[in-house]
Formats: sequence, C-alpha cells, structure tokens
Amino acid sequence: MATNDEVMLSKKPEKIGTSRKRDSIIFKTVIYVVCTILAVLSLWPFICMMVNSTRSSIQIMSNAVSLIPGKSLMKNINILKDLKTFDAMTGLKNSFIISASVTVLTVYFSSLTAYAIYAYDWKLKNAFFALIMGIMMLPGTVTMIGFYRTCYQLHLTDNKLILILPAIAAPMTVFFMKQYLEGALSMEIVESARIDGASEFRTFNTIVLPIMKPAMATQAIFSFVGSWNSFFLPLILFNKQKNYTMPLMVSLLNGDIYKTEFGCVYLGLTVTALPLIIIYLLLSKYIVSGIALGSVKG
Amino acid sequence: MGKKKLVNYSKYGYLFAIPFILTFLVFTLYPICYTLILGFTNQEGAIPPKLKFLKDPLENFKYLFKKRSSGSMSFFLESLITTARIWIINFIPQLTLALLLSAWFTDNRVKVRGQGFFKVVFYLPNIITAATIAILFKQLFGYPQGPINDLLKNLHLIKKAYNFALSKTATRAIIEFIQCWQWYGSTMITLIAAVIGINPEIFEAAEIDGATRWRKFWSITLPSVRPIMLFTLVTSLIGGLSMFDIPQLFATGGPDRASTTIAIYIYNTAMKKPYKYNRAAAASILLFIIIVTCSSLLFYFMRDKDAAKMKKLKKQEIKRAKLAQKGA
Repeated sequence: MATNDEVMLSKKPEKIGTSRKRDSIIFKTVIYVVCTILAVLSLWPFICMMVNSTRSSIQIMSNAVSLIPGKSLMKNINILKDLKTFDAMTGLKNSFIISASVTVLTVYFSSLTAYAIYAYDWKLKNAFFALIMGIMMLPGTVTMIGFYRTCYQLHLTDNKLILILPAIAAPMTVFFMKQYLEGALSMEIVESARIDGASEFRTFNTIVLPIMKPAMATQAIFSFVGSWNSFFLPLILFNKQKNYTMPLMVSLLNGDIYKTEFGCVYLGLTVTALPLIIIYLLLSKYIVSGIALGSVKG
Repeated sequence: MGKKKLVNYSKYGYLFAIPFILTFLVFTLYPICYTLILGFTNQEGAIPPKLKFLKDPLENFKYLFKKRSSGSMSFFLESLITTARIWIINFIPQLTLALLLSAWFTDNRVKVRGQGFFKVVFYLPNIITAATIAILFKQLFGYPQGPINDLLKNLHLIKKAYNFALSKTATRAIIEFIQCWQWYGSTMITLIAAVIGINPEIFEAAEIDGATRWRKFWSITLPSVRPIMLFTLVTSLIGGLSMFDIPQLFATGGPDRASTTIAIYIYNTAMKKPYKYNRAAAASILLFIIIVTCSSLLFYFMRDKDAAKMKKLKKQEIKRAKLAQKGA
C-alpha cells in the first residue's frame, strides 16, 4: 500500500500532494485547539473548586482565580464542622446505603425480569414488554404528587425504604438486559441444565447470572450513579436532616450561614464531588463504553 | 393420548416477573392513577378536606391556562415556555458540538491522538451530581467576588463586577450553558458508536469517487446516524421537560421566575403554601401527556422494520409447519 501511494504521489503534480498535506495539518490543528478549549472548560470548574477549598475565605475574596493551593484546608474543615449544618459523614452514609441497595435490587431483579421475558413463553409477555417500553422514559416529576401524598398518608416519608424498594422495577435496565440476553444466552444451555435436573430458579442463579456479568457491571455503575445523584425525590420525601443524602446536604451550602464562608463552601462541594471523580477515573473505561452500548441498542 | 405430559415452563415466566409487576403496581401505576384523580379533586392545604370531586371537574386545568389578573399569561404556560426555551437553546449547540466531535474522532484519514483522554474529560461533568454543579456554578458566578468576575476583570473585559444573578437573560444563559456542558459528552459518545457502526466500505467507495470530507459527513455520516440522533433528541427532550436540580439550586427559579421550569412550578405549587396538590397534579397530568406523545413519536420513528418483517415470516413458517403436521 505504502509503495503504491508513493508511486501515485510522484506521478501527480507536486502541488496536489502538498496542498493536501497542508489541509490535513490545518484540520488537525483546528481539532486540537477546539478539543483543548473544551477540555479546559470541562476541568477548570472542578480544579477551581478544589484549589479554592484549600484557600481561606479572605484569600478567595481578594482573588478567586488561582491555581496555587493555599494552606487553609484544615481551617476550612474545622469551620465546616463548627457550622454543623452540612454533615458530610451522614450524607455519605445515607447516600451509600441507599445507592448500594438500589444497585443490588435493580441489577438482580432486572436480570430476573429480562430472563422471564426472554426465556419463557407466557400469554401476557408481549403486552408486558410493551408496557415496559412505554414507561421506560417516565420521569419522577410526573408521578411525584400521587407518590408523595400516598407516602405522607401512610407515614412513610423519612423512611429510606421508600427510595430503595421502587428499584425492583427499573424498566430501562430490564430493556437493556433483555437486549443483552438475546445476544449472549442460547437456550440450549438452559435446556441442558433442565436435563440435569436443576430447578428453574437455580438455573437462573447459577448459569444465567454469570453469563450476564458484563451487562450487570455496566448497569450497576449507572444505577449507582443515578441513585447517588438523585435530588428531586429525596427532597420531597425527606424532612429530617439525619436522613439527608449527599445532594440534599450539598443544597444546604446555599444557606445564609455560608454566605461569606467561601473556602468552606468550596470544600463542601469538593467533598461531594471527589468520590465521584475518583470512581469515574478508575472505571472510566467501562463507563465510556457502557454509554455507547446502552444507547445504540435502543 | 398416553404420552407423558411435557413440563409447562410458562408459569415460571409469570413467577419471575412477579416482583417487577408488584413493585410497578405499587410504586408507579398507583401513584400515576392517584395523581390523575387528584387533578380533578379538592385536595389542597396543609390538612386537605375529605376527598371530593369538583363540581366543575376541569377547574384545576382551566386555572392552569387562565390569564393572570395583570393580563399576562398564566404561570403554568410561562413555565412551559421557559422550559422549552432552555431546552432548545441547550440542545442545538449540544448536538452540533457532539456531531462535529464524533465526525472528527472517527475520521479515517486524520487520526486524532489522545481521543481516550478527551472522551473521558468531556463526559466528566455528566457523572457529577447536578446539585453540586449548580452550587459550584453559583459560586463561580458569584457577585461581587467570584472566579468568573475576577477572570473577566483580569482580562480587562469588564471594569466592575457584574451581577449575573439579577439578569434574566444571563441566568437563563448560564443554565443553558450548564445543561449543554453536562450533556454534549454523553451525546458525542453515543454518536461516535453510531458512526463506527457504519460500514467502512461506504466511506472507502466515496473516497475513491473523490468525495470531500464535508461531502462524506453530509451524505453518509448524517443520514446513517439519524435514528440515533432521534433517540438522543427524545431522551434529551424528556430529560429537559423534567429539568429541576440546576435551575432550582442555581437560581431558585428566579430572577423574577425567569428560570422556573415546569418541574419547579409543580414543586412550588404542591410543596409550598397554600399546598395546592390538586393544581400540581393537574400540571403533572399535562406534563405526562406531553411526554407520552413524545415517547410514542420516538417509538414510531425508531421501530425496527426488519425485526417486524422477520416476525411475520416466522409466524407464517410456524403455520406452515402446523399444517404439514396435520397432513402427516
């Protein structure tokens, strides 16, 4: 191929070759310039946040843009503790309990439901799947009033279970899992397990689930992050501060007592964003490929 | 017949779907129905009266559209327009940027180095809690002291600090920017996967025919990724219609209701005095109708024509097999 190209180039007038080369260099330069600007835009707010969390409020007031970390991290931590409103540990604990339970329930029961649709023929199957497709996109805003009033009347507000249990029915995940099963599981494997005398439920747990591991990993990441970041539902359902999840804790930083404590607000923001940034950087390979997988199949 | 009865497996299908169905009934279907009913009732106030349907069942809905005493449009319609506006202004640059980047990153002539790094960085804002981002931007655009004001002053673009929070246009523009900034990476990655899925031979053939880069993009890439673009469009529209976190925490719907989206309108109507649950429910129902219309349009455009054909063929085959069995 290369020699062929060279022959072609040498035969052509030189002008075409150089203009094409120049064109390609300009094109490349434009790409790198735009991408660098976008990368700076993506990173700068977070860098600014982290740097300012180590500077004192007075330093920030005199100049809020700096790339050199200050020495007031400990001081900011102490102020944050003294003000006693934003409680990172409680927020982290609540968010972790809720998100971890949501992830386990979503992944397990979505796989089970997807398997029920994929592996068995039952009368209402198609209607059921159509229903899943139909409600897949429904945002919480739409059902919020009825949901809130019911929870209120049953005294279920301020109960973590009310955010955890609905995770059993996650239409989007079921849809994704079913798509995955169609490509990954052949019914012959299931048949041979049946011949060996395994019960249906056992077959699912010991044979089907291991096959679904890659899809489960992707969905686990997304449902964990989704649950961790959710703000609207906990906002209407939780009143007591001891139940607040991380996003609700963050919203407290909008309060008046933090008005002049800039360093402290930046620190609070960093505390909530840093765990996500670290997890993201560790898992970025899976996350980036997962986004594409999930959407192209839709 | 004397034959040993085959095990009927279909009952396991029901059995395994039961947890999903029960949870769905309790946590999704019931709240939807209850919301639907509330929209026609008298439920309002901190301690609502006994549930009764209104004499004029559409009273709550009518209120949503009724003009204000000042003669300007109702708060509901205003929030609907605000939501649509924020979404459109965020989506057009978002899609343009995502398309451009996906075309660049998949160009077979010019290999962009560091693609992996750029993808990871562009997607980063999407993974961070929206609540955190809203408050972070509130700090960044702080007045009189804040990083953006300081930056603009250092660059001598402005002389005095500008109070972004007082300007309707600036507030909306910042919210639109945040939305676009948070989502273009995700859209880009989706589109890249779609472009990679295009048969490379088509591009090669076009190159042999002497097609320019622009021509290839316009005539091959764009038509091929249209279904995915449509998918992104509708998911983004639904997400946009229920936008809450960022306008609420960045500007609490202000200034002067300039960033009050439908979700904020519903929240304020139901959760703040005088607790008009019925009116908020009516607004939710309208939002629900808008969303269902959009979703069905999506599935209409996205339906898998090949799969539908295959299904038909399969059915015919089964029929033929049955007939053959009867014959034998």
